[in-house]
Amino acid sequence: MPGAIYAEGLVKTFGDVKALDGVDLDVPEGTVLGLLGPNGAGKTTTVRCLTTLLRPDRGRAVVAGVDVLKHPNDVRRSIGLSGQFAAVDEYLTGRENLQMVGRLYQMRAKAAKARAAELLEQFDLADAADRPAKTYSGGMRRRLDLAAALVVSPPVMFMDEPTTGLDPRNRQLLWDVIKRLVSGGTTLLLTTQYLEEADHLAHDIAVVDHGRVIARGTSDQLKARTGGERVEVVVHERDDMPAASEVLRGFGKGDTTVEEHMRKLTVPVTGGAKLLAEVIRELDTRGIEIDDIGLRRPTLDDVFLSLTGHVAEAKDASDEQEPGQKAAKEAAK
Amino acid sequence: MSAVTDAVPVNPPAHPVVQSVRDSLVIAKRNLIRMSRIPEMVIFGLIQPIMFVVLFSYVFGGSMNIGGTTDPSVYREFLMAGIFAQTVTFATAGAGAGIADDMHKGLIDRFRSLPMARGAVLTGRTLADLVQTALTVFVLAIVALLVGWRTHTSVGEVLAAFALLLLLGYAFTWVGALIGLSVRTPEAATSGGLIWLFPVTFISNAFVDSSRMTPWLQHVADWNPFSATVQACRKLFGNPGVSPSDAWPMVHPVWASLIYSVLIVLIFRTLAVRKYRSAAA
Repeated sequence: MPGAIYAEGLVKTFGDVKALDGVDLDVPEGTVLGLLGPNGAGKTTTVRCLTTLLRPDRGRAVVAGVDVLKHPNDVRRSIGLSGQFAAVDEYLTGRENLQMVGRLYQMRAKAAKARAAELLEQFDLADAADRPAKTYSGGMRRRLDLAAALVVSPPVMFMDEPTTGLDPRNRQLLWDVIKRLVSGGTTLLLTTQYLEEADHLAHDIAVVDHGRVIARGTSDQLKARTGGERVEVVVHERDDMPAASEVLRGFGKGDTTVEEHMRKLTVPVTGGAKLLAEVIRELDTRGIEIDDIGLRRPTLDDVFLSLTGHVAEAKDASDEQEPGQKAAKEAAK
Repeated sequence: MSAVTDAVPVNPPAHPVVQSVRDSLVIAKRNLIRMSRIPEMVIFGLIQPIMFVVLFSYVFGGSMNIGGTTDPSVYREFLMAGIFAQTVTFATAGAGAGIADDMHKGLIDRFRSLPMARGAVLTGRTLADLVQTALTVFVLAIVALLVGWRTHTSVGEVLAAFALLLLLGYAFTWVGALIGLSVRTPEAATSGGLIWLFPVTFISNAFVDSSRMTPWLQHVADWNPFSATVQACRKLFGNPGVSPSDAWPMVHPVWASLIYSVLIVLIFRTLAVRKYRSAAA
């Protein structure tokens, strides 16, 4: 039986740009899938196809047990969508926004009112409930947007880069909300550019690039493929490099990379902070003076580098540039 | 967070027409609240026609020949039907800009992901604009009475004229809705919603006696849907300057105005709703 969110061979072409090139997904009920990828990889297009906003050219999708292409309106009853931008009416108050959305989910007026009050309380917006959303901070708007997506407590939720552009405090707040949501049994598909976020929230991660899922698995599995953690050492004296390399070889799980000119050595490891402490002690014992040492965890760039051989780049930005601008940029170089 | 998983009472599936009406009213209410929070928009919408009344009647008033006289008071009575009609068509730009703004801000995406009637976002917007247009026409009528405009017919005929005006305005907001869905920015919707209104309102009988235009231009003016409503209003108000042209819309202006407006609604509503369904922000 397919999961709460299921997609098979989704293809979508805009002009001669293939935004989706056969996306397959399967998200079991009650779990979180993190869709990880750079701008322009096809994350948003995937979400738009699954939430009935965009009709794929080819492929099949089933959300909450309903065929997305055949019965889009039935799908809409069971989903909540929170986009990249806070889609709230800024001239309406927080309360009016939520009541409106409730009514449009076909709730009775009274129920919509009660639900709005409840959500405002939960999302810490009760004090600002009767002020136009225009006066809200970015974080408050994002919270209101998420509350609007939760008005009918949909069994399936989609969040498109929910924390992009938020400060750490608001990001943490949103993460907490998402975690509580999932512990309540909601199935969630979340897109993000941050490995850390996917790591934090998602049971499974699907990495997308050029409109395809190029890897999937748990965060640990992906990191293992990426090479996982690494210890990075910068020695003070260039002469100490061979000795340091020997120390690292003893702890490492792979080849040591040496960058002569920076006096930097990098080696893949497992064992985290404890191992780092041992490395430091060993270097100290041998009298090797170090300028810097650290445990590096894989970033999105690392994941991409190991999976695709190229660094995650903001494709959107470069694609949208006018030819003239591009030429000007070339000239500037 | 128990509330997140609680079942929420939802209406049982309603008849599509019932749902469509209900959803449209929710959206209309939303737009009316917005308008009440941006009063300057409503005020600018009022100032413009009042300015036109004053400018046209005092600047052009003495030099316009209407029905063989250049008496400024005759031109003032002649002019009002034209100004009323022009005023209701200007709601086009507002509807277009509002819808383009909703697209821009991602609100249309939200609405399209909700289990609501497909046409309701646009219908609600056009209904709210109709309310604003009615308010504008009401204020404008008072100003017109102050500068000397009078009707010379029954209350029923006068009300019928205003009904035709509002219907024309409503029809034009659907054109605005289609423009709003077709452009990239709210600014483009505002200017795009206005530009085409100038030829439509000026190549007509609204401000001058169209029978004095060159023949081909007069032909365009006579068959212009906008002229039909202006002619109908002059007739129903009992104002001077009713065109003697024997073109069908000029002979049967009330029917012509009705038919034109209903046709515009049908055509542009169909196009706009289709565009909405595939709209991409």
